[in-house]
Amino acid sequence: MEENDPIRPQQESEKSPSSRRDFLKNLGLAGVCVAAGGAALYSGHIFEAKKEGSGEQRVLLTQDGKLVKVDSLEIKAHEKTGTEQYQYLGREGIAGRRWVMVVDLSHCRNARRCITACQEAHHLRPEQYHINTLQMQDTPNTAPYHMPKNCQHCDNPPCVSVCPVDATYKRQDGIVLIDNERCIGCRFCIAACPYSARIFNWIEPKDAAQDEGLDYNVELNVPQKLGTVSKCLFSADRLREEKLPYCVSACPNGVYYFGDENEDAVTNGTTKETVRLSKLLRDNGGYQLMPELGTKPRVYYLPPKNRLFPFENQPDETPTKA
Amino acid sequence: MAEKDFTLEKITGDLTHHIRLNKGFLAWMGFLTISLLVCLYAYSLQLKNGLGVAGIRDYVSWGMYLSNFVFFVASSLIGMLISAFLGLIGMKWITPLTRIAETIAVAFAAVAGLVIVSDMGRPERLANVFIYARFQSPILWDVTVITTYFVLSLLLLFLPMIADLAIIQRKVTTLPAWLRTVYKVLSLNYRDTPEQNRIIHRSIRILLILIIPAALSIHTVTSWLFAVTSRAGWDSTIFGPYFVSGAFVAGTAAVILAMFFFRKNYKLSDYLTDLHFNNMGKVLATVSLVYLYFNLNEFLVPGYKLKRADAVHLHELLAGKDALLFWFVQIGGLLLPILFMLFRRFRKPVPITIIAVAVLIAAWFKRYLIVIPTQEHPFLPIQHIPENFLHYTPTLTETLISIAPFLLVLIIITLILKFFPVIPLQETAKEKGVEPFIFD
Repeated sequence: MEENDPIRPQQESEKSPSSRRDFLKNLGLAGVCVAAGGAALYSGHIFEAKKEGSGEQRVLLTQDGKLVKVDSLEIKAHEKTGTEQYQYLGREGIAGRRWVMVVDLSHCRNARRCITACQEAHHLRPEQYHINTLQMQDTPNTAPYHMPKNCQHCDNPPCVSVCPVDATYKRQDGIVLIDNERCIGCRFCIAACPYSARIFNWIEPKDAAQDEGLDYNVELNVPQKLGTVSKCLFSADRLREEKLPYCVSACPNGVYYFGDENEDAVTNGTTKETVRLSKLLRDNGGYQLMPELGTKPRVYYLPPKNRLFPFENQPDETPTKA
Repeated sequence: MAEKDFTLEKITGDLTHHIRLNKGFLAWMGFLTISLLVCLYAYSLQLKNGLGVAGIRDYVSWGMYLSNFVFFVASSLIGMLISAFLGLIGMKWITPLTRIAETIAVAFAAVAGLVIVSDMGRPERLANVFIYARFQSPILWDVTVITTYFVLSLLLLFLPMIADLAIIQRKVTTLPAWLRTVYKVLSLNYRDTPEQNRIIHRSIRILLILIIPAALSIHTVTSWLFAVTSRAGWDSTIFGPYFVSGAFVAGTAAVILAMFFFRKNYKLSDYLTDLHFNNMGKVLATVSLVYLYFNLNEFLVPGYKLKRADAVHLHELLAGKDALLFWFVQIGGLLLPILFMLFRRFRKPVPITIIAVAVLIAAWFKRYLIVIPTQEHPFLPIQHIPENFLHYTPTLTETLISIAPFLLVLIIITLILKFFPVIPLQETAKEKGVEPFIFD
């Protein structure tokens, strides 16, 4: 047995080169440690220096309303572009506003300019209506009248309740929008809407080729997308620029008032006259469409009284095939 | 005591001899597959060009696809009525019908999910339903309960079959080796031990109880897709039970039809006897009477008041554009069948099957009448739109796409009841007093 061999000198003679090797090894190790430690200290120093930053602290308001202190070097602009930016703004809505529309039926003589302006802005086919003027006759013995009808932007919107994917939603400023990047095309909202305000892109949208590559703007619903729902948006994109909606501005007969319920002020799209909303509704017997359904519309109507022109049943200009 | 003439050999032979690839089966499957391919081509057109290939437009935006969906959900309810309801109250005669009923339930429930996808404008965004799920929407409830019902039905089809598979795998040696391997795997090493029987029996019992609320939910929630809106014709508080009772009518008719087919083609007249047709006739008469009662409520009460929108809706149905279809459904699919089924001689296999066919066709058109006419007269007038927006007419492409789910259901039922015994083997043997002592 080799290990039980009592002969020591042999072992002694082997020990001295072995310890020399160990010494060199340890020295090398120590050197590496020093270098590593130094590097760590140096980087720690850099890190600390960075932490101090410029020493300039800025107070910022976060999205959830908290004040926070942030070093000025740390502030980076959060850049949202294109569709992302549109979606962000489009979901939020315009703070502090409660948009409202008043339609004066005594002035509507079915010029249908509102319709064409709307269809042009939203890239719609002639048979696709965000707003349509209907020839109404409530009972056999009452007079017929023209009634522009768009989405009523209900405060208790049945369409929003039934949407399975939150594609259609209600914003803080009262507008009901539809996100056609998310819509699955189930058309439950169309079934649920008592005002028949919603349309569907059954076939390739009119401007599909021309709009290709355009960033989708949820406040304009352009580009329109095949297989998704579309509807009146109260021209949310125009409101952001503090302009009146497309239909309101296009009307030649002073039918539309549009404004902010919080300010109690609405502006006539034709005369540009601004009046008190509450007074306008009170003095003219303002009402809503089918309020008994509990939908709480944001569109008011002024009754078709004292009309200064006869009711004309214009020929239908709609194309016959679609 | 074994019933006269019934031995284990005879029962096993009778109930499994259809498990073979005969010419009739291959021809039938070939026909179904080719037809399905044609229909899938039609669907590819819809995927490419949009839902505009169908006749649905902005006003009637839910058409045949959706009435088809309602019909499929309705037909699938029968599994619960036969196995759970009649089974739990102690009806013994349902034993040979349970597998047919559960197969119909599984096939229709599975395909109902696909039908609704064919109605989506953006089927590729189906995952959004789970990613952005909103619990307020009845669609999410529907997805949940239909999936649950499908899984429960599948288990109720499978668990009672485990013993059968073990018996066939041991006893029917003429079957191809691969098929016996499949049975062996599926029979989960069943050896007729008291412990195994206890587990299976308890599981089935729990499932039978669970499936009752699940089945009621699927059709109640489906009815709510309509009843949660304020439209005349849909705005009804009895839509849930109205749909459920109608579903039992459709499903019972479907089972009678399947019974007749399998009795004749699989030569099962010793097991699916005149008694079973007679009893199913009584069941169909009973559920039809219940359905008649709900129909009376659904039309008479709004008809008495004639609120403006209801009046227009009822006029179109009873005397207007849809009157012919409406009266065919009510008289041909409900009143006359009930009258006939009161007499025993109309509950014999052939007449009751003819009645079932009429009831089933009427049941499909009934869903059509529930879904479409309501949308043709909304609250506000439909104006300044092309003619084809006014009245709904299904297109050829749409019809083909609507036929596809029927083919799929037939394929599923054919396959399941071709490769597995139509009549529960072990239970039948036990009921005939023949104990299948073939396990060591």
